[in-house]
This record gives sequence, structure tokens and C-alpha cells, in this order.
Amino acid sequence: MLTKRIIPCLDVKDGRVVKGIQFVQIRDAGDPVELATVYDEQGADELVFLDISASHEGRKTMIEVVREVAGTLAIPFTVGGGIGSLEDMRAILRAGADKVSLNSAAVRKPELITEGSNFFGAQCIVVAIDARFDESIGSWRVYTHGGRNATEWEVCDWAKHVVERGAGEILLTSMDQDGEKTGFDLGLLKAVQQVVDVPVIASGGAGNAEHFVDVFNEVDADAALAASIFHYKETSVQKVKEELRENGVHVR
Amino acid sequence: MIGIIDYGMGNLFSVSKALERLDVPYVLTDDPEQLAQCEGLILPGVGAFPDAMKSLEETGMKEFILSKVGNGKPLLGICLGMQLLFDESEEGGFTEGLGLLPGSIVRFTGKDADGNRFKVPHMGWNHLDQHQPKSPLLDSIEDGYVYFVHSYYAQAKQQEDIIASARYETEVPAVVGRANVFGAQFHPEKSGKTGMTILRNFCNLVQERGDES
Repeated sequence: MLTKRIIPCLDVKDGRVVKGIQFVQIRDAGDPVELATVYDEQGADELVFLDISASHEGRKTMIEVVREVAGTLAIPFTVGGGIGSLEDMRAILRAGADKVSLNSAAVRKPELITEGSNFFGAQCIVVAIDARFDESIGSWRVYTHGGRNATEWEVCDWAKHVVERGAGEILLTSMDQDGEKTGFDLGLLKAVQQVVDVPVIASGGAGNAEHFVDVFNEVDADAALAASIFHYKETSVQKVKEELRENGVHVR
Repeated sequence: MIGIIDYGMGNLFSVSKALERLDVPYVLTDDPEQLAQCEGLILPGVGAFPDAMKSLEETGMKEFILSKVGNGKPLLGICLGMQLLFDESEEGGFTEGLGLLPGSIVRFTGKDADGNRFKVPHMGWNHLDQHQPKSPLLDSIEDGYVYFVHSYYAQAKQQEDIIASARYETEVPAVVGRANVFGAQFHPEKSGKTGMTILRNFCNLVQERGDES
């Protein structure tokens, strides 16, 4: 059977990993390739690189990073952040990324999901959804632009829509839980998991290894993503996997 | 020298990078003359079966592959490249494949015999169940997981062509082969150490057979 995937996420700005990473003695804590290699050695099943460069030069540098990562690592990786056209997708995939992740652009231009899926295959089109609970609709609302802009979309409707459009996977981040370290948003994940038949990656809120056990045992998420708890050495991919194994979750 | 067949489909970059990491000399080309010089061939591929076959036919690569493989040159198909080795696929209607291995390519139904739900594509790391641990491709692989991404799978007619499989809604052939024709449904180039060992094994086999002939 498929194993549950653990996915560390790295924020990259102008070709460097930002958000200080402290977990190991390496030569250069900002080098994406070195950090990716460390996670690979810890047993990461996949990696996500989020490009947060604001400039055109920064984006071009990202392509170089992708090329170098692809030349070094033997595990799959996704690149997201600022991808707004078929051309952007092509450039990232040609440089060696396995998947691209669309967020704001998918809301602005949903046909981009379909075009990408037709051109490159659904398996390499991830739609990242940022959602926050909204009392007024009694459910979670979808946000774009790093959580700054509210959309009209309710999260389950949007999730179904992106799958119909050709998304091969959903990366679902809880804005309510993000950074709280109190665990994944099981309610949100359960709601979305029930309405789509593509893999769902849980994101936002991981604070310790037990939180991963919960998200797999209670929601049956396909994968779980985290950034800071891995970066700040609060736990490691290895420790999370040991904990999962002890609790009967099938991991690699 | 390994020849990676470039026929306009798929992720050629990651396969070639993997060979670089293994320090195996290769060429990545659509030129039959250059490929003919190689002791072994890799047929990669990501995309749709009908497009891939069309491209192999239009470029003359189908004929080339059949004649070279018929003469004993080792071939490894990866992912879609493995599916192309079989007789036919139901993807996008009905399309004839290379016919090097008997069987058909069919789509996952999304549920098993008991009605349990399975997501399609079959995406992620799955365990390799070895049926022929003595196969040269599985040399030094003890217990391993490999990375799959696919919505169609092979129904091999001959059980003895299945070297290893993975369990999903049904038994999914993962490594297949007979004589000099091999295929991997997963991506060895993305499957960590296990995947790299399998690629290395293929390259070793190519070299050994090259030395014999």
C-alpha cells in the first residue's frame, strides 16, 4: 500500500532559503540544495519549494535552483509561488521539478489548471488552497495572495472545482492553524478529503510528531507538510516517521 | 554507453541526471544512428499513451526499437515507457503498443474488489514485492519503497514477466521483463537509493551483456 508522505517545505527568496534553518551543522544554511539533501537523508518523501521572490531576477534564479536540486536529489519535488502562466509551468518542469503548485493564479484564472493538466498531465499540477474558517458562511473560505485576499469560494466547492479542472493533488493549508503548532486542522481536512478523490496534503499547524499521527489516523490525509518544526529542529523527519510507525501508520 | 530515447515525451532531464549521478555515460538523442551505437537503451516517458505511440511511429523510433531489441539490445522502459512495451492500451480509446511484452494497459477503477476507495492516480511511495529476487534488476535490493505516479497499469498476460509488484487496488506490476526487455512502472530516478540501485543494476546488465557479445 502507499505510504503516508512527509513533506518538508522550504521558502526560497532570490535563490536562498529564508526563515533561518537551524537543524544541522552545514556549510551554508541558506543553500537550497544542501538543505534539500539533509531532508532527503532524514527520509523526506518529497519536498516543496515555495518561491517568495518578488522580483523577476529572483524568479529566474529559482529556475537555476530547480535545476540544481533536480541534479542532486533522487526524490520528487514541487515548486510553487508566483506561477501564473503555462510558460512559468513549462520553465519549472523543464528545469526538473516534478510538480508545480498553483495558488492565487488558479483562482484568478482557473483555466490555467486545465491547460496545465492537459499539457503536462494532472499528476504534476498541484493546487494549493489557503483556507480560514468564516462564521458568516459556517465553513472555510478560500484566500489568495498569501492569505491577504478573501475570495468568494467556500473551500469544498473550490476543491471540487479544481479537481474537475484537472488538479492532480491538493495542498490544503489551514490559515487558522498555521504557525500555532497545536496540530493540523482536522475539521477542514476531513471536509475536503470527503469531497475529492485526488491526494490531499495537510498543511498548517504541525507542532510535534503526534500531530502527524492524528492527521493520518483521524483524517486519512495522504501526506503532511511542515516547515518550521523541521527547520528549527523541534523534531526531524526521522522522528516523525518513528512515531508514525509506532502508531501503526504505514511510512517508508 | 546508454542511449536515452528522446521522442518528445516526458521527463528526460531527471533520467539523464540520475545517470550522471551514477557516473554512467549516456547520450540523450532522437538520432537512431547514435542510439544504435549504444549498448543499452532507456525509453522514458510521461504523458498519454496514444501521443507517445504516435510520436514513436512518426519518428521511425518504433521500428528502430523493435529491430534493435529483437537483436538482443537491452531496453528499459520507465513509467509510460514501460507501458509502451505491452501489446495495447485502453487510454484514449484503444492504441496498439510496441508488443514486446504480452498484456494490456488499463485504467485503475478507483476501488478494490471489496468496494474500498482508492485514489487515482496511484501516487506516492509503495513497497516493492519481489517475485523474482534473483532478477539482475533487483540485485542488492532487500526491502524497498519506490515512487509511483500513474493512472493506468499493466495487466501482464504472463505472470513470469512480473519481476516485482506493488499492492494498490489490485496487484500493480512494478518491475517487468523478459530476456533483454525490462520496464519499471515507478520512477527509479525519483525513488531514492532503491531506485538508483535498480537503475545501476540495469546499467551493469547492459555492460555485462555488452562484454559478452
